[in-house]
Amino acid sequence: MTRPVDLDALPAIPRDEEGPVFRAPWEAQAFAMVVRLHEAGHFAWKEWAERLSVEIAAARDRGEQDDGTRYYHYWLAALEKLVTEKGLIAGAELERRAEAWVEAAKRTPHGQPIVLER
Amino acid sequence: MSDHGHHHDHDHDHDDDQPGAHDAPLSGPALKVKALESLLIDKGLVDPKALDELIDTYETKVGPRNGARVVAKAWVDPAYKKRLLENGGGAIAELGYRGRQGEDIVVLENTPTVHNMVVCTLCSCYPWPVLGLPPVWYKSAPYRSRTVIDPRGVLREFGVDVPESVEVRVWDSTAELRYLVLPERPAGTEHMTEEQLAELVTRDSMIGTGQALTPAGRR
Repeated sequence: MTRPVDLDALPAIPRDEEGPVFRAPWEAQAFAMVVRLHEAGHFAWKEWAERLSVEIAAARDRGEQDDGTRYYHYWLAALEKLVTEKGLIAGAELERRAEAWVEAAKRTPHGQPIVLER
Repeated sequence: MSDHGHHHDHDHDHDDDQPGAHDAPLSGPALKVKALESLLIDKGLVDPKALDELIDTYETKVGPRNGARVVAKAWVDPAYKKRLLENGGGAIAELGYRGRQGEDIVVLENTPTVHNMVVCTLCSCYPWPVLGLPPVWYKSAPYRSRTVIDPRGVLREFGVDVPESVEVRVWDSTAELRYLVLPERPAGTEHMTEEQLAELVTRDSMIGTGQALTPAGRR
C-alpha cells in the first residue's frame, strides 16, 4: 500500500479533493517516478519540494504565465536535474536513451507497442 | 526486474503533449519521461510494478471526467447524441476535448439488445482525452486475449451479467481508431440534471466492462 506523500509541501500542485490531477499520461508517470524515488530514499520530500520551487521561480522570472498548465514541465525539468546531480543517471545517458526511443518509435507501425531493442 | 531485455510503450502515439503531432509518436515531455523511466527501471532504481500501481491510483484523474460529461450530454440532448453517434470526434470536440485521439473516436451505443465492449489486442490504444489513463487491467494480456475469446465470461468477472438475448459486440481499437461506449441511461433518472447524470457515468461503463450507476448506487 502506498504511503501518501505530503502534497501540501509542494508549490501549488494541480489537484482536487482526492489528490493530484493530470492533463496527460506522461504527467502522471512523471509524478509516480518522483514519489517512488523518494520512497526508495534517493531524496527527501522537502528537497524535492525545494527543487520544484526553484524551477517554478525560474519560469516566473522568464515571464512564463503561471496558470498551472506547465506545472509538470517544471516537475520534469526538476526531476531530470535531480537524478543527474544525484548521480543516478548521467546526462549523456539520458540523451542517448531518448534518441533510442525516437528511433524505436519511427520503425514501429501504428497500433503496435514500441519496443526498445538492445 | 533488472533483467528486462526490452521495454514496451503502452501509450504509443497517445501521450504526446501536443495534440495533432501525428508524425511524432514520441516527442517532447512524453519522450523525456519515457527515457527517464526506462533508465530508472534498467538500473533497478524504480520497480515498474510499483510505478504502475501508483499510476493506476490516478487512472481516472487525467482529463477528469471528460467522457462522463459527453455521455450525460448525449442522454439529455437527442440532437447531440445524433451528432455523437455520427461523428464521435467532432461531437466530443464541441465540448472542448480535442486532440488527435478525440478526432478519431467512434461512439458505440449500448441498447437493450446490444452490449458493446472495447479492447485493444495489440497494445493498449485508449481514448485518454475522454477516459483518462487506461487501467492496468486494460493493458493486461489476459484481458486483451480473453475478451475476444470469451467476452461474456470477462463481463461476468466485472460483475456485469448480460442476458443471452443481448448481443455482445467486441471492438478492437487501433492507434487510428478509438472507441467510446455510450452506456444505457439508467432507469429512474428522468428528473436528474446533466451534471447529476455525469456522476453516474463510470469509466468502466464507457469501456463496456460496466453499466452506468443507478441513482441508488451512486457513491
